[in-house]
Amino acid sequence: MKQTPYFTASSLVAGYDKKIIVNNIDIIIPKNKISVIIGANACGKSTLLKTMARLIKPVSGEVILDGKQISEIAPKQLARKLGLLPQSPVVPEGITVSDLVSRGRFPYQSFLKGMGKKDYEAVKEALDIMGITELANRSVDELSGGQRQRVWIAMALAQQTDILLLDEPTTFLDITYQVEILDLLTDLNQKRGTTIVMVLHDINLSARYADYIFAVKKGELISQGTPFEVITEEQMKQVFELDCAVIKDPVSGSPFIVPKGRHYVMVNESIEINE
Amino acid sequence: MMRKKMILMIGASSLGIILCFAASLAFGSRNISLDTVLHTLLAGGSSFESRVIRERIPRTVFSILAGASLGVSGALMQAITRNPVADPSILGVNTGASLFVVSGIAFFHINSASEYIWFALAGAAVTAIFVYRIGSMGYGGATPIKLALAGTATSAALSSLVSAVILPRTEVMNAFRFWQVGSVSGATWDGIRIIAPFLAAGLLMGIFLASALNAMALGDDVATGLGVRTGVVRLIGALAGVLLCGATTALAGPIGFVGLMIPHTMRLLCGADMRLVVPMSAIGGAILLTTSDILGRLIGTPGELEAGIVTAFIGAPVLVSIAMRAKVRSL
Repeated sequence: MKQTPYFTASSLVAGYDKKIIVNNIDIIIPKNKISVIIGANACGKSTLLKTMARLIKPVSGEVILDGKQISEIAPKQLARKLGLLPQSPVVPEGITVSDLVSRGRFPYQSFLKGMGKKDYEAVKEALDIMGITELANRSVDELSGGQRQRVWIAMALAQQTDILLLDEPTTFLDITYQVEILDLLTDLNQKRGTTIVMVLHDINLSARYADYIFAVKKGELISQGTPFEVITEEQMKQVFELDCAVIKDPVSGSPFIVPKGRHYVMVNESIEINE
Repeated sequence: MMRKKMILMIGASSLGIILCFAASLAFGSRNISLDTVLHTLLAGGSSFESRVIRERIPRTVFSILAGASLGVSGALMQAITRNPVADPSILGVNTGASLFVVSGIAFFHINSASEYIWFALAGAAVTAIFVYRIGSMGYGGATPIKLALAGTATSAALSSLVSAVILPRTEVMNAFRFWQVGSVSGATWDGIRIIAPFLAAGLLMGIFLASALNAMALGDDVATGLGVRTGVVRLIGALAGVLLCGATTALAGPIGFVGLMIPHTMRLLCGADMRLVVPMSAIGGAILLTTSDILGRLIGTPGELEAGIVTAFIGAPVLVSIAMRAKVRSL
C-alpha cells in the first residue's frame, strides 16, 4: 500500500519520565483511510497515539504533518488540522450538549471574536452527523454512555479537522454502542474523507472497520498492513502471545480471531451460524 | 441566544451593584435618606450627613472591588484546579499573607495598614510561587490535584507557624486580630490606590482567559487537542487568582466564603461557560460583600460586625437554597 507522506512519524521515541514506552517507531498514516492501532495492554499503542497528537513530547524523533514538524506548528493552527478524542475527557458539571460541542470551535476563535455564523453551522452539522440534534439542550450528565461518546465525537467533529485521532473510543460501551460508534466513524470517513486513526481493543471489530492495521508490541511496530495481512494466526501469536484460530467473519468476510486458551471443551453438536 | 442571556444577566446584576452602592452610602450606625445621598454625590455639601456619606465612599468602593476580585479569584482557582469547591486560598495565599503579617507585627513592629499591605502581598506571592513550584514537580507539570495537595499541605504548615508566632505574644495577637477578621472598614483611598493595579491586572487576565479555561474544563488532553497551551493558561490563571486574592487580603484581611460560594452559585445559575461565569462572579462577589458590609453595620449598631463574619452568615443559606433548586430542576 503506497502512500504519499502526509501524517507520519519517524524514529519516534517517547515515554513518561525516564521510561521509554515507544521505541523507535516509523509510521506513515494512510490518508483518507481508517487506521487502527492494536496491541496488548501497556504495549505503547496509546502512547504512540498521544505522541502523534502532541499530548506527549517525544524524547527523540519527529511527527510530521504536511511536511512540517507538529511541534513547530502554532497550537491553534494545528488544532484546525488534527482533532483528538482522548480516553477520559472530563464532563464539566451541568454542561449542555450544544455548549460542549461548541467548545470544539476554540481553535477558530479569538478573544474579540466569539462564536460566529460559521461556528454555529459547524456545531449544527456535527450534531447532525452524530444524530444528537434533538439532545442539543440536554445536560450531558443525564445521557447514556453511548450518547455521551457521540457528544464527544461531535465536539471533535466541530473542530473540522482532516485527521481525527481517537484513543479507545469504544471502551466502556456495550456492544451495540461499540458498533454504532464505529459505524458513525466510518460514515464520517466515507462522506468527508476524514483520516481516522484509533486505538481499539477489539481485534475483530478492528478487522471489520479498519482499512489498515498497525500492531504494536513492547513499544515497537511489528506488523502493519490490511486486516488480511495483519490478522493471521502467526502474527496474532507474535503480537499478543496468544494461540488462536483465524476464521472468516460470517458477516463481513474479514478475518476473525477465535482465541484458544487452555480450557475449552469441544461440544459435539454442530453450531450453525446464520449467514 | 447565549449573547442575549449574557447581556440580560450582566445588565440586571449591574443594576444590583448600583443599588448596593447607594444602600452602602445610606445605611449604617446613622441612616441617611437616599435623597441626601444623591444630593451629596451630585452637588456636594458640607453638612454632617454629607461628611458621613463621603466617609462611607472608600469602604463602599473597596467592598465592591474586593468582592469582585474574590469572586473572580475563586472562579479562576476552581477552574485551574478543576475543583468546584476550591477556595481562592487553595494555593496557600491567605495563610502565606497571614504569616508575613504576624511576623511583621512580631519582629519588625509594623502597625499601620499600609505596612500590612506590603507584607501581606509579599507573603501571598512567596507562598503562591512556592506552592506552584511544588505542584509542578514530577511528571505532567502542574496538574490540578498536585496543586491542590501542595496548597493544602503548605497552608496547614504555615498556619501552625502563624500560631507559633502569635501564641506567646499577646500584643501581636491583639494587633493581628483586627487584620485577620476580614473587614472592609479600614479601607482608605491610599490603600485602594496601592492594590488597584493588581486588581485591574488580575481581572483583565481572568476575562481574557475565560475561553481557554472553557476548553481546559474538558480535561488537559482535550484542551491540548483544541490548541490550548495548558501550562501557560494554568500559570497565568493562578497568577491572576493570586493577585486578586492576595491584594484584597492585604487590605482587608482574609475574607472567606465569597471566593468559594460566588463562582459556585454562578455556575448553578448560568451554566458552565466561563465567559459568563467570570464576569458574573465579579458582580455577584461585589453584591455579596457590599451587602454583608451593610448588614454588618445594621446588625452591629452602634458598632459594627465585620463583613468577613457576615458573608458566610448570609451566603450559606443562599447557596443551600440555590443548590436545592438546581437539584430539583435537574431531576
